[in-house]
Amino acid sequence: MNQELFLLAMLDGLSYAALLFLVALGMTLVFGVMRILNMAHGSMYAFGGYFAATLGMWAVAAKFSPAWSFVWLLVAALVVGAVMGAVMEIFLLRRIYHKEQILQLLVTFAAFMIFEDLQRLIWGSQPYFVSNIVNYLGVAEVLGITYTRYQLMVLPGVALVVFFGLRHFLKSSSTGRQIVAVAHNREVAMAMGIDARRICLLTFVVGSMLGALGGALASPTTSLVPGIGADMIVLSFAVVATAGLGQIEGTLITAILIGLTRSFAVYLQPESEVLVPYLIMVLVLLFRPQGLFSVAQARRV
Amino acid sequence: MFTTKITRLMLAAGFAMTALALPLAQAQTAKPAELKIGITTFTSGPASVFGVPAKQAAEIYLEDLNAAGGINGVKVVPTFVDEGVGGDKLLSEYRRVVQEQGVKVMLGSISSGSCNIVAPVAEDLKVLNILWDCGTEKVLEERRYRYVVRTQANATTEMVASVLYLLRQKPNFKTIAVVNQDYAWGRDSWELFSHTLKMLKPDVKVVAELFPKFGASDFSTEISRLQALRPDVILSTSWGGDLDTFVRQSAQRGLIKNSLFVLPLAESSLERLGTTLPDGVIVGARGDHYFLHPELKDDPKLKNFVQKFKAKTGAYPIYSVYHMIQALDGMVAGYDKAIKANKGQWPSTEQVADAMHGLNFRGLTREVKIRADGQGLEDQLLGTTRKTAAYPFPVLDKIEIYPAEMAIAPVGQKSVDWVKTIKPELLRDPRIKTFPPIAN
Repeated sequence: MNQELFLLAMLDGLSYAALLFLVALGMTLVFGVMRILNMAHGSMYAFGGYFAATLGMWAVAAKFSPAWSFVWLLVAALVVGAVMGAVMEIFLLRRIYHKEQILQLLVTFAAFMIFEDLQRLIWGSQPYFVSNIVNYLGVAEVLGITYTRYQLMVLPGVALVVFFGLRHFLKSSSTGRQIVAVAHNREVAMAMGIDARRICLLTFVVGSMLGALGGALASPTTSLVPGIGADMIVLSFAVVATAGLGQIEGTLITAILIGLTRSFAVYLQPESEVLVPYLIMVLVLLFRPQGLFSVAQARRV
Repeated sequence: MFTTKITRLMLAAGFAMTALALPLAQAQTAKPAELKIGITTFTSGPASVFGVPAKQAAEIYLEDLNAAGGINGVKVVPTFVDEGVGGDKLLSEYRRVVQEQGVKVMLGSISSGSCNIVAPVAEDLKVLNILWDCGTEKVLEERRYRYVVRTQANATTEMVASVLYLLRQKPNFKTIAVVNQDYAWGRDSWELFSHTLKMLKPDVKVVAELFPKFGASDFSTEISRLQALRPDVILSTSWGGDLDTFVRQSAQRGLIKNSLFVLPLAESSLERLGTTLPDGVIVGARGDHYFLHPELKDDPKLKNFVQKFKAKTGAYPIYSVYHMIQALDGMVAGYDKAIKANKGQWPSTEQVADAMHGLNFRGLTREVKIRADGQGLEDQLLGTTRKTAAYPFPVLDKIEIYPAEMAIAPVGQKSVDWVKTIKPELLRDPRIKTFPPIAN
């Protein structure tokens, strides 16, 4: 492997990592605050993608310029996240915050299966693909290899904006600090007058929006098919578990790590491509069961 | 010695049981009120791109069949079983519909994995199983069945025909890369393709063998690598969302213009991909299925069905639809043949199963013959994409049809051994039918 190929593998790995990061970020945020591992997060990804594709097709039919696609992608993520997130939090999760974790896992998994069927009812089983934004932005040559500008710039760009935006929001805004407080200790936060119900709802909606945004951004580059959410949930779970549940910076680094190893695997050892993310996860969890970036938990009692 | 004794005992027991079963079998043959059939198809998961249209096709077909009196006055009633639930669950569903609902004929399955699972079970349950869409050649080569037949080609015929078409269209390429899905079909089809290619053109160099995950949503790394390698030919036997994504990402990044793409299953993606697929891509149809079949496009049976299907579903039929109709036509033809042989009486399952072997029938396209080993002989159509004003997606140009007889292992021989005996003369076989290019 020479230097050029090294660079190419980096570029491929980074654009993949960007999507992975967005989805995993939503999952880890929800876990950090509510201690619930949301299996239905994959549905947010799928619905975000499908809805973005639907909006995109309307836009094409209505002869909008492809430049507007950015708006559709964003709107799709916000709408799907707000509607599905709110419905799920209010009608489902609120009832099970105090139940056993295994039950929570089963409930969110059941929700995932319901969403999966719902998705087939709405969009059917034929693959969807709306990619005018990618064609509109055109391609760029790097070392004689053609890349789409979309994957080279838009995906990593959005991921970085979201990362810094979220960090800033959590550190500097009042609501953000309330979220951190609830994440740290729900009871104490409530005793200090924080409305934990509101914070949970908000966090879950934001987390869902991030999942949906991942799907929406993926939709111009990939076919939307039944089962697309399941694939994403498994991989983003690997990211979240490797990073340590609830770790935002860790999720970014782990997503990049897994994205890069995966693309290097395709160049060096294509047979191992599928295995690599899970191999990393197993290795990390063997030595650090709490994940790479988790710090020691403060004793609550 | 010990084993032979056991074998003898078992044989004796077997004879006794057959003797006991005989009167029962004859009692069964009174004409039933309706013929129950089971159809395994994907209604969930990625393969529902084949399963759902095929199910719609079966519904159209059976509605028409029953309106015209069914088979010899017996209405045919289907039960659909979802293959998407996975092997174990599929098997228990399979047993349930046969043993509890009294299904006499099973059409299974789309996935080669499912076919390998259901074939031995069908033999045990003594239910006629028609392998209607799966590609694996192994299922009928590794064991002889009485109750299992296939109404379409196997992977050997499909892959040999694909190699032949590639070499006849572009004889002078030097390098090839493959991007197949990482599961049985992706691996097995490449094995057959590469062995055949080696026999017909030994100097070709395989520069990359990539098997991305089944259902992969991103091929950007594979595409970068292929752009760096610049192979003359890129083969992919992928299908459904995987194929669509691979083609679209390749088109977005210009890969598809620099290498010749060979896509033996892309007939099923033509309409969806629309104008993304440029001119000059080699496309196969897993059979001679094509709504613009050069010999049969004006044939009333094909034409009417295409119209009806388009009106009901909004899309042109794809190969899984043709395979479904072919299996049902085969089943009806098998029953007709068995009824005739039975002097007009309703036949037993065994009589139908025996009639299926050696059967000639026609689905929507060319006639299919079922061999003594239950394997169907289905001709293969390949073509090259070409955009025309008449359709919003490319049509097939430079069509060639390969008779199945020239591209299949003889009865009793295994495909992997047979493809190693292929001679370059096959490329000039007079049985290959070529059609003139589309006029401008």
